[in-house]
Amino acid sequence: MYRYDEFDHGFVKARVAEFRDQVERRLAGEITEDQFKPLRLMNGVYLQLHAYMLRIAIPYGTLNSRQMRMLARIARVYDKGYGHFTTRQNIQFNWPALSDIPAILDDLASVEMHALQTSGNCIRNVTADHFAGAAADEVADPRPYAEILRQWSSVHPEFSYLPRKFKIAVTGAERDRAAIQVHDIGLHLKKNAEGELGFAVYVGGGQGRTPLVAKKIRDFLPEADMLSYVTAVMRVYNLNGRRDNKYKARIKILVHETGTEELTRWVEAEFAALKDSELKLPEADIRAIEEYFSPPALTARPEGDQSLTAEQLDNRNFQAWLRRNVVTHRHPDYAAVTISLKGIGEAPGDASDAQMDAIADIAEELAFDEIRVTHEQNLVLPHVARADLKTVYDRLVAIGLETANAGLVTDIIACPGLDYCALANARSISVAQEISRRFASQERQERIGELKLKISGCINACGHHHVGHIGILGVEKKGAELYQVTLGGSGDENTSIGEIIGRGFGPEEITDAIETIVETYLGLRDKPSETFLEAYRRVGPAPFKEALYGSQAKAA
Amino acid sequence: MKVLTANRLADGEAVWLASDHSWAETIDAAEIARDVGIEEKLQRAGRAAYLKNEVVDVDLIDVELVDGVVRPVRLRERIRAAGPTNRTDLGKQARPQVAAAA
Repeated sequence: MYRYDEFDHGFVKARVAEFRDQVERRLAGEITEDQFKPLRLMNGVYLQLHAYMLRIAIPYGTLNSRQMRMLARIARVYDKGYGHFTTRQNIQFNWPALSDIPAILDDLASVEMHALQTSGNCIRNVTADHFAGAAADEVADPRPYAEILRQWSSVHPEFSYLPRKFKIAVTGAERDRAAIQVHDIGLHLKKNAEGELGFAVYVGGGQGRTPLVAKKIRDFLPEADMLSYVTAVMRVYNLNGRRDNKYKARIKILVHETGTEELTRWVEAEFAALKDSELKLPEADIRAIEEYFSPPALTARPEGDQSLTAEQLDNRNFQAWLRRNVVTHRHPDYAAVTISLKGIGEAPGDASDAQMDAIADIAEELAFDEIRVTHEQNLVLPHVARADLKTVYDRLVAIGLETANAGLVTDIIACPGLDYCALANARSISVAQEISRRFASQERQERIGELKLKISGCINACGHHHVGHIGILGVEKKGAELYQVTLGGSGDENTSIGEIIGRGFGPEEITDAIETIVETYLGLRDKPSETFLEAYRRVGPAPFKEALYGSQAKAA
Repeated sequence: MKVLTANRLADGEAVWLASDHSWAETIDAAEIARDVGIEEKLQRAGRAAYLKNEVVDVDLIDVELVDGVVRPVRLRERIRAAGPTNRTDLGKQARPQVAAAA
């Protein structure tokens, strides 16, 4: 993985010192809240319902054991013993005191981490496929490009005061696990007919109150032109994006209002002027960054298949875990493991300090010291020898993280919602917990098959409900929580925005409604292998409306 | 009926203005405004505390009395006054004699 050079160390250290001074001056009353708020946001510090919240960047979701142990330490020393992994591959701590945050940032800097650009109208943490470098279907590792974007966008003087926040995602596989089409810019790393690396470029996707699928504005951009082209997009956005209305300020609105063709013309014109500037990436520089992401030396471990066959014989739970949480690696003797942070009835994405420490140990001893955070709020060990899977499993059992539900109905994405968030209108976690308990049976979940359920507690859609096969949006109506259901959303290479199925449900009704939807699907799928999404795309909303609302739906 | 709430600057703790102009860590100690005059008095005190950099996010919120106990009208404020509903071991509700939010 990437390691800070002298410049990076100096830069982060200087930023921590600057923020320490700003916090001290704020606490001494030398600067006002109005002056301080934008400064704290630039350093990832929010004020939530109960306390401050610190959001720490995990670039493209990649961590090593030392960094994970530091997150555990921060949870233990400065917070309340846990952290919350987010849908942007970051981690949030919900209870730090403002006066402690400079010390936390010092600790983070010591393991090459920071909280910069995790808030504010700037380019946020660049996200990537969580199986990057391990996936069998990958053309190339997308993380070197994400790292180049990170370096380029960090305190970029031209792009630190954009009309609104800006999110970039990169994938290197045909199967999109990074939801690139619901990002401001989505980059799909691919090869052309000549075998050269480049990107399909998507622009103007996003969720929030106006969900839109990104438009492809380039089918193949040579890798050397990545920064020039992204700069061209950013310039067009910075100049033309709306600043009069924050709800219309994202680039998706600009793309939508301008039209894809015209916007592409603007970008291409800007790109023509930048193409041969200093932004062109020298081949040697790309390869030098790539070096940092060289795959670990994966020695042959052919004994894996035999040992797994023996281990599986009398352990159904281990069998289920292998089926659900272990995916094919590009090396036949290895596998990528999903550590579900979605234990039945647990808060999605939460991990305790002890769990974080234990995962760091497992990664260090059995997984080449690499950990990933997924945008689905799970963790991944990208390189595990198949021969070591049972040992990894047993160690996950010891910390209660062996839930075999990756991609199933209880693998729910949920934002913090009204239990923590100052923007939320309704709770998300409690809804996720109840649905999780309702569908706890492993046999039932596997019979239902792949089903992505996503919950947001407000229209900002941090819980990605618009791209959930089943999406739940919490709103406040007449002082009470109400949950709207959308169906048919998807955040993969065939991205779609879910459609609202009808009137919302109260907190006591929503789990029953979800169960009705799931049972309706089971009743109408044409074969067990037809997934919920496939079935919905085949039959449309009518049978689900009928099941949920009966004659009311017909009358309406 | 209203009470004045805020978050303490240094640690972000949710607090409520008490009748002695101190900031209480639990809502049961809050001074209840039953008329506009008291509301204005609370807001003046809140403004002063904000300017003295003691608190931020000062807000006057609606409350009711349920069995003699102050209870915010909005769920958002009930959760602030109690703690996360999924972690009753955290927040004010983890203290003795503070009710859960929902």
